[in-house]
Amino acid sequence: MKLSGWGRYPVLEAQVHAPRSLEALSALVRSEPELIARGNGRSYGDSAINHKATIAMGHLNRMLAFDPASGQLVAEAGVLLADIISVFLPRGWFPMVTPGTKFVTLGGAIAADVHGKNHHADGSFRSCVDWVDLLGADGEISRCGPRLDSDIFNLTLGGMGLTGVIVRAAIRLRPVESAWVRQTTLKAPDLRSAIKAFEDGHKATYSVAWIDCMGQGRHLGRSLVMMGEHALRHELPAEKARAPFRTSARPQMSVPFDLPGNLLNGLTVRAFNAFYYAAGAGGRAQQLVDWDRYFYPLDAITGWNRIYGSGGFAQFQCVLPLERSEAGLRALLAQTARAGSGSFLAVLKRMGPQESAFSFPMEGYTLALDFPMNRKTLALLERLDQITIEHGGRFYLAKDSRMTAATLEASDNRVADFRNQRHSRGLASRFSSAQAKRLAL
Amino acid sequence: MTKPPVLLFGARSDIAKALAHRFALDGRALQLAARNAASLESDRADLELRYGVSVTLHEFDALATDTHADFVRQLPELPEIAVCAVGLLGVQVDSERDTEPAVRIMRSNYEGPASILAVLANSFESRQSGTLVGISSVAGQRGRASNYIYGSAKAGFTAFLSGLRNRLAKKGVHVVTVLPGFVATQMTDGMRLPPALTAQPAEVAAAIAQAVARKRNVIFVRPVWRLIMTVVCSIPESLFKNMKV
Repeated sequence: MKLSGWGRYPVLEAQVHAPRSLEALSALVRSEPELIARGNGRSYGDSAINHKATIAMGHLNRMLAFDPASGQLVAEAGVLLADIISVFLPRGWFPMVTPGTKFVTLGGAIAADVHGKNHHADGSFRSCVDWVDLLGADGEISRCGPRLDSDIFNLTLGGMGLTGVIVRAAIRLRPVESAWVRQTTLKAPDLRSAIKAFEDGHKATYSVAWIDCMGQGRHLGRSLVMMGEHALRHELPAEKARAPFRTSARPQMSVPFDLPGNLLNGLTVRAFNAFYYAAGAGGRAQQLVDWDRYFYPLDAITGWNRIYGSGGFAQFQCVLPLERSEAGLRALLAQTARAGSGSFLAVLKRMGPQESAFSFPMEGYTLALDFPMNRKTLALLERLDQITIEHGGRFYLAKDSRMTAATLEASDNRVADFRNQRHSRGLASRFSSAQAKRLAL
Repeated sequence: MTKPPVLLFGARSDIAKALAHRFALDGRALQLAARNAASLESDRADLELRYGVSVTLHEFDALATDTHADFVRQLPELPEIAVCAVGLLGVQVDSERDTEPAVRIMRSNYEGPASILAVLANSFESRQSGTLVGISSVAGQRGRASNYIYGSAKAGFTAFLSGLRNRLAKKGVHVVTVLPGFVATQMTDGMRLPPALTAQPAEVAAAIAQAVARKRNVIFVRPVWRLIMTVVCSIPESLFKNMKV
């Protein structure tokens, strides 16, 4: 069947298997010459597509054990963060690290070593993983963790499923007193003030900025920086404190068909941006936001990826080292604004130190932009790649759909080691994706 | 107060799993019956963890009809609702060539399911309450060249359910016949099915839970199937026999 990632580009033909049991999965790994596991298809490009065998992990989605003393949850890889939240938030637990959508699987979160708005404080998803059960090329399961077979654990976190099939994991959840987040929004008139807001706000549990990438000249980098804290029960108004985990269900909207691809031209994006910026007027605003609106604003619109039309879209996400972040961001934003092709969403985030062999994050600033997929975008992305490399940055493979192997190699000196490890461990020929082939991993 | 349990036969099937989640969400205890029941341990843990209900596993072989009476006698608690999701599509061409696969399809879709529901029906009748649900098929509405072995067994099961409903109507026991149409399950993995006619297992489960609550008799999961089957059944046999359907 035809498969694509969340960006709907590229669309590739693939043989899909959906095993219902570990035995069936193991038999597939033993018999298929090459394969890749696929979670909920929320990586943007071709990370989770293998033409010969793509293993849909959605049926292996059982939660196996929970220890309320430590907050440790053991679950199969196909479980969604959304399910974990719906079961455990009412009991006072929330994922320690979550990306911007709750519709990712546990296995996908580990493979991409996802990060959230608390990366500066808590690190990537890896920080909450106690161990991973990995199905190797021999069809056998072995357990790895930060202190147990840590080499393969390091390679697996951020390893994009290329070290074996993640079948189970133990993660620690975070105790919370309510389902609410205290959000403080700061208006930053330019890039320097945005960076200052992040640096001043390093003690905040969560921080992220929406950045107006149409801003040019003295407006370059103007943003809304949003800080957040899990609200304690006594911080809630009385009527909410009575049932601190109850939030009203959000109205779910959907995009039922592809919108015309040119809808989001520079003008509409400019209008949208100006509106959004004005809505944040007042310099500093505090509000109480429910977890779903705070962490997953776009999840309320089912199929929001269709607003870019049938051609799909590309997401660009890089991270720049701290000392060169400001210069690099300035160059990236100026280039984007000049192209005028409009990024509907531009997200800036301060990242903290990162431990791992192949995970995306590093201490510095990460910028995420998205664009309708077309020739002009592809050319722009090449220029953004170059700027990133010139500033010592690297790229998020979970977002990538079009980078070249040479670009990856130039951006990341860990590539050769990752590739060598895959070869020496006999993983390279068995676990592979369209992305792995494109990037020569 | 815990509600009386729901018993699911063929508990490893995708529809039964979806039903388990649906009923557990309502706070119902579950009895999962299948061959090699111990392999459902992960599902038991998952359902208990998610919904805080009690789940028990029961070894059950639909084809071992001589064990069915004992199976029901040995249940720790007589369920309030029992759903039979046992079924086998098989490969029609194998059944045309050979009797063994054909008989297996007939027994798996008719004999086994009817046998176990017949035993439960008597227990429910003595108790004067309960709901029995049989998952049959639109394939049983009219025999087609491509799957008449399966279809004939489902036709038998549909007739069995209707007769049982008729018998128990005044005894406080209700019988629901489910004709799901296409469902995206392991049975249909790899088939190219039209999305508009294909239900997800969770959709089937929701339809069944509603049918049980509202005491519906015969349900199609997606309403369009009622229309399709009305048309299919109204074509004269003289035309139908030459059609490629």
